[in-house]
Amino acid sequence: MADGSIGLWTVPLAVLGGAIRVSTPFLFVSLGECITERSGRINLGLEGTLVMGAMSAYGISYLSGSPWLGVLAAGLTGALFGALHAGICSLPRVNDIAVGIALMLFGTGLAFYLGKPLIEPTAARLPAIDFGWWSDIPQLRAALRINVLFLIGVALAPLLFWAFRTTRWGLLIRTAGESADAARAMGHSVLLIRLRATMAGGFLAGIGGSFLSLFYPGSWNEGLSSGQGITAVALVIFARWDPMLCLWASLAFGGAAALGPALQSVGVTSGYHLFNAAPYILTLLIMIITCSPKRTLSGAPAELSITR
Amino acid sequence: MRADPPIGVEAIAMTMRFGDFTALDNVELKVRPGSFHALLGENGAGKSTLVKCIMGYYHPTEGAILIGGRERAVHNPKDAHALGLGMVYQHFTLVPAMTVAENLVLARDHVPAVVDWTKERDELAFFLSRMPFQVPLNAKVADISAGERQKCEILKQLYLKRRFLILDEPTSVLTPGEADEVLGMLKAMVQAGDLTILMITHKFREVMAFADEVTILRRGKLAGRGPVTELTPDDMARMMIGAEQLTVQPARTGEAGTIRLELDSICARDDAGEIAVSDLSLAVRAGEIVGIAGVSGNGQRQLVEVLAGQREADSGAIRVSGEAYHAEREEMRRHKMSLLPEEPLKNACVGGMSVADNIALREFDRAPFARSSWWLSRTAFRDNAKQKIARYKIKTRTPETPIAALSGGNVQRAVLARELGHDVEVLVAANPCFGLDFAAVAQIHAEIMAARNRGAAVLLVSEDLDELLELSDRLVVMFHGRLVYETRASDADLTEIGRHMAGH
Repeated sequence: MADGSIGLWTVPLAVLGGAIRVSTPFLFVSLGECITERSGRINLGLEGTLVMGAMSAYGISYLSGSPWLGVLAAGLTGALFGALHAGICSLPRVNDIAVGIALMLFGTGLAFYLGKPLIEPTAARLPAIDFGWWSDIPQLRAALRINVLFLIGVALAPLLFWAFRTTRWGLLIRTAGESADAARAMGHSVLLIRLRATMAGGFLAGIGGSFLSLFYPGSWNEGLSSGQGITAVALVIFARWDPMLCLWASLAFGGAAALGPALQSVGVTSGYHLFNAAPYILTLLIMIITCSPKRTLSGAPAELSITR
Repeated sequence: MRADPPIGVEAIAMTMRFGDFTALDNVELKVRPGSFHALLGENGAGKSTLVKCIMGYYHPTEGAILIGGRERAVHNPKDAHALGLGMVYQHFTLVPAMTVAENLVLARDHVPAVVDWTKERDELAFFLSRMPFQVPLNAKVADISAGERQKCEILKQLYLKRRFLILDEPTSVLTPGEADEVLGMLKAMVQAGDLTILMITHKFREVMAFADEVTILRRGKLAGRGPVTELTPDDMARMMIGAEQLTVQPARTGEAGTIRLELDSICARDDAGEIAVSDLSLAVRAGEIVGIAGVSGNGQRQLVEVLAGQREADSGAIRVSGEAYHAEREEMRRHKMSLLPEEPLKNACVGGMSVADNIALREFDRAPFARSSWWLSRTAFRDNAKQKIARYKIKTRTPETPIAALSGGNVQRAVLARELGHDVEVLVAANPCFGLDFAAVAQIHAEIMAARNRGAAVLLVSEDLDELLELSDRLVVMFHGRLVYETRASDADLTEIGRHMAGH
């Protein structure tokens, strides 16, 4: 299998391919969470939404034969979960973080329950575009087989960046997240803005889940998500709530997650589990470097329950 | 150029009840079109409730609102906006993380789905060119001064073509110079027939200088009204306070002694990591009140937090009676150090704990409150609290009531009882009277003066120049984290102080 002629180049190539493949769910969940958090709420339930999205995408794709219907179903399931989170948080004296944790457990539990019959059958998978057709090197071709969802995600980041500055919805979301009082004084319903932002966030997280079950790894089982949902939430924090930085951070995480398998493929097996932990070590390192007890996070929406 | 004349607003027989509590009792307010009207009253007199009823935030229990001479139903702020009513709030409603231009465009009733920033900026620049004051359009609101923010708030209302403006304590964050500038410009617009203004305030000086008419509320009732020319500040004060007896402030006696509190080149940062206090040195002597004047946000809060032990200084040293001081409990006790921080409920109390517990917070694990420093005696807590509650006139149902349930004035009285109820050698007070009524203010001022006369070194940080001039022996001005001016309070010049507060 391994083409000896490219030798150690296998590692950066595999990391590149991994960055693209593994980063897609990170990207969707973090962009979704970015929208939600900019409106002033944290939805920790996106891990559950991701798994629910993966399950419903797989189920619908299997039943209808169309993976794109599956993606849509995943998005709608996610939006529904977002509405549930926002709805519960609209009640007085409800903490968004506690609700998020409850929904995280509820989402994964429900997905495993409903998804039991889906472990056996094979659903139609999402197609990939072959950007490596010009190359003879199989590793390169493998790395450049890129899923359309990844491309959509990459386009979504600058679109959101632009939307936050130049559209009415972008400005309203930021207002609700930076000063609920200001939004109310202008006669806007903060709860409604946050409901829509949380639903949009859930929609994207659901789509992130559909990538897991319909492309990579591309099957439905209970070990499908290894905490991507929750990691992506953390990712938003050190991307400083900036959609473009979310994109770069997702790619960095995807690359780090691919490091372990890549090293293994060239025969570096010692410390395999250590390399697999690379994304988490990266999280810790970035957190330690960027945080200080003497000041608050810059760029954090002022209404978030962690900054208030 | 302008088509719409200013409008008048009347509130007739307004009554507003929140459960058992009557916030407004049959109040009448008549603001003539094209006039500058002042609404005067103490905290809790019902001023805010009245304007919130007019703006549609509250629905009055009884009463009617006439706008432009016709009875109107105002169900929510949007209705009020549509009728040409606008309000500038005491707490800013600008979004700090956004630019001035973004804030202005966002405030419109109809924000386009996609904003064409080039076009909007041109239109805003044109709008500003016709306005009496300017603001930097592309600056983030967080980066501009409080004075500029207040101007932005007012400009926002004018940009939205509001013809009746309600201003809630608009000058509380401004220097006297800025206040006169802003109010003078508004007065000119009123006289030109562009606007009607209703200003909530408690400053007689501003009422006398700018208002045409005044309405005075006391405890939810109409206490007086009339043209300003027919009233003196004394008349208005009597209407505001009623027959209540105020604590008499003791006379200033005794001379300053040795240096008690010494700050040596203190540097500290704010929460965002920016330098807030820079190279600040100051000495306060026994039997002396040193006042720190300054517009809010010039590092006063961070300085007090360093003294209180809530914030670590980057560098510099604090000495109390010649010994190094690190804001540790043992040191505070040894040096008889007392603190009256701003927002006492947040900075000096545990809201959910009882009044008795809060009064005992400093000494709770020592005799007589505790035996062998761990066995607490509830009786001692209660007896101490009863004694202090009587002496400091704290209005609370029982000593066991959670302190958060008390009014602002009574929370501050409880803190006063704890901090000044024993010998004091050093007292640090920050905006101790902010938002309190006359009776509480008189009592707190009297206590601070009495502490000084007993030989305490007092550092008084305040945004209220009148308070500083009344209490201080010596006055310093803080600007951008530095002390930029010092004067004896007895020969202080208000204009000079205002100039330094604004950084000129």
